[in-house]
Amino acid sequence: MQGLYAVFRKELQDHLSSYRFVILFALISMVSFITSYMAAVHMRENLEALASTRFPFLMLFSTPGAVFSMVQFVAFFGPLIGLILGFDAINRERAQGTLIKVISQPIYRDAVINGKFLAGVATITLMLVAIVLVISGFGLALVGVVPGIEEIWRLFIYLVISIFYISFWLGLSILFSILFRSIATSALASVALWIFLSFFVSLGAEVVANAVAPVDRQDEVRPEAVLENAQVKEMVSLTSPMVLYTDATATIIDPMRKTTRSIILMGPMEELLSARFQNPLSLGQSIIIVLPHIMALMAITLICFSVSYLVFMLQEVRT
Amino acid sequence: MDTIIETVNLTRRYGRQTAVTGLNLQVKKGEIFGFLGPNGAGKTTTLLMLLGLSRPTEGTATVCGLDPVRMAREVKRLVGYLPENVGFYREMDAVQSLEYVASLNGFEGAGARKKIEELLDLVGLGEESGKKTAAFSRGMKQRLGVAEVLIKDPQVLFLDEPTLGLDPEGAVQLINLIQTLNREKGMTVLLSSHNLHQVQKISHRVGIMIDGKLIAEGSIDSLAEEKFGLDQKEYSLEEIYMKYFQEV
Ligand SMILES: Nc1ncnc2c1ncn2[C@@H]1O[C@H](COP(=O)(O)OP(=O)(O)OP(=O)(O)O)[C@@H](O)[C@H]1O
Ligand SMILES: [Mg+2]
Repeated sequence: MQGLYAVFRKELQDHLSSYRFVILFALISMVSFITSYMAAVHMRENLEALASTRFPFLMLFSTPGAVFSMVQFVAFFGPLIGLILGFDAINRERAQGTLIKVISQPIYRDAVINGKFLAGVATITLMLVAIVLVISGFGLALVGVVPGIEEIWRLFIYLVISIFYISFWLGLSILFSILFRSIATSALASVALWIFLSFFVSLGAEVVANAVAPVDRQDEVRPEAVLENAQVKEMVSLTSPMVLYTDATATIIDPMRKTTRSIILMGPMEELLSARFQNPLSLGQSIIIVLPHIMALMAITLICFSVSYLVFMLQEVRT
Repeated sequence: MDTIIETVNLTRRYGRQTAVTGLNLQVKKGEIFGFLGPNGAGKTTTLLMLLGLSRPTEGTATVCGLDPVRMAREVKRLVGYLPENVGFYREMDAVQSLEYVASLNGFEGAGARKKIEELLDLVGLGEESGKKTAAFSRGMKQRLGVAEVLIKDPQVLFLDEPTLGLDPEGAVQLINLIQTLNREKGMTVLLSSHNLHQVQKISHRVGIMIDGKLIAEGSIDSLAEEKFGLDQKEYSLEEIYMKYFQEV
């Protein structure tokens, strides 16, 4: 424990006083200012819509003003925060010859990697909490919406999911910093994997789905084919942490959504019926719907970190 | 005298290359042991195995009565290791760097700070204590490294080429410091070096390692006797070393 705390404290200090943190923080606060401002303006223009919804406060986070919403922003660029905090965690110490010094002190070797990971998680938490506070403050000032208890709970759950999501990328970049001796290589590898998993998988999902379960446009469209196509597409795209995260937060931050599914087949009568009962899901129901996604997200984060842990413990350190 | 470090058939292989072969080494409590050998002989690898940082392929080691493979943390509490290329965090100054090492050893607060000041004076960095390590010269880094090793009050010192890159005066100071620590605090020192003159000056016993094998071990007098006979009174460690080296 003694070693873990010492490493954690030093790493956290390093993060908070580093230029990269300052730049990231400036960038993020700027973006959250813009998105919350946009969302607020948008909400003011549509006051009736605002009046009819039960959770106006959450709309601050989920309304895509002019460009994107806060939730979308974290989904797209949150990974970069994790990557930037971790891509040189181990190999920089190796290069400057401090790793051998640290692990020749009377600490367990895992204190080094645990301390680094936890310091990264703490930094991520700090940033996300700051963003949420900024946006909430703006909401209060510009639109005058006050959060209810349930909204605060939902935001809290959203925060926890987001921390896990970004920590996944932190774990991944730490893994690369262990595997690759060169800092440039580990940075490049992390970014490449981010681009692949976040952007290419969604594109690839469509291609795969059309190949496996084609929807024939010539004939009359069979509903089963459409459904099958959508299912394949969803399965493939779930390998992307970004999709997983977007789905996991979907019903949490937007209670009017009933499902994470993108395609809902229903006849006109059903549609009429459901429109008459446009009530938000309760918090419990919202959580139940996305629970598998949340679990999966936590699992990949923990798996990713465990792999780094194992590799690091087994590696020989000479410098 | 008691044996404080003992290895039995200690072997380390990297793939097909053998770095250390069947090493049987004994270092006695309170002595300065000079560890000699050409580049790539396996000196650093041996030290890493003794610290539990590298896992032996075969054989066992005992340091202060502990097995470094299973009790690495306890061994590292008693042994101070100065790596051959010791590194520092660029953005820290000498005091911060020492504070971090102290905190890893569980020392914090006023006691640690006092100790740090003493050590900085001891290694001759009292004036430089507020300077960032990035601006340190090679010799200053080496001195800071020594201070960091001493912070845990070790019983045993592993020094891997400690005088490398020091100016002649600095090297003499460091050698004298090692001798003082050995005499006054009774620290056992395992010293690897290519500077045979310095090793001859302070070592009680030396070991010569070539290609992963320990080919000679003993006091300098006894090695000289073995190679030159009793009649030669004047000899240097260098001559002895070269003689062994040529025979292999
Ligand atoms: N990671 C590794 N993989 C393969 N071989 C290695 C590895 N590390 C060391 N070796 C080999 O082990 C042998 C011993 O190396 P070691 O660093 O112990 O030598 P040394 O005696 O400390 O040399 P020097 O005086 O140059 O410091 C060398 O032949 C080296 O090539
Ligand atoms: Mg060496």
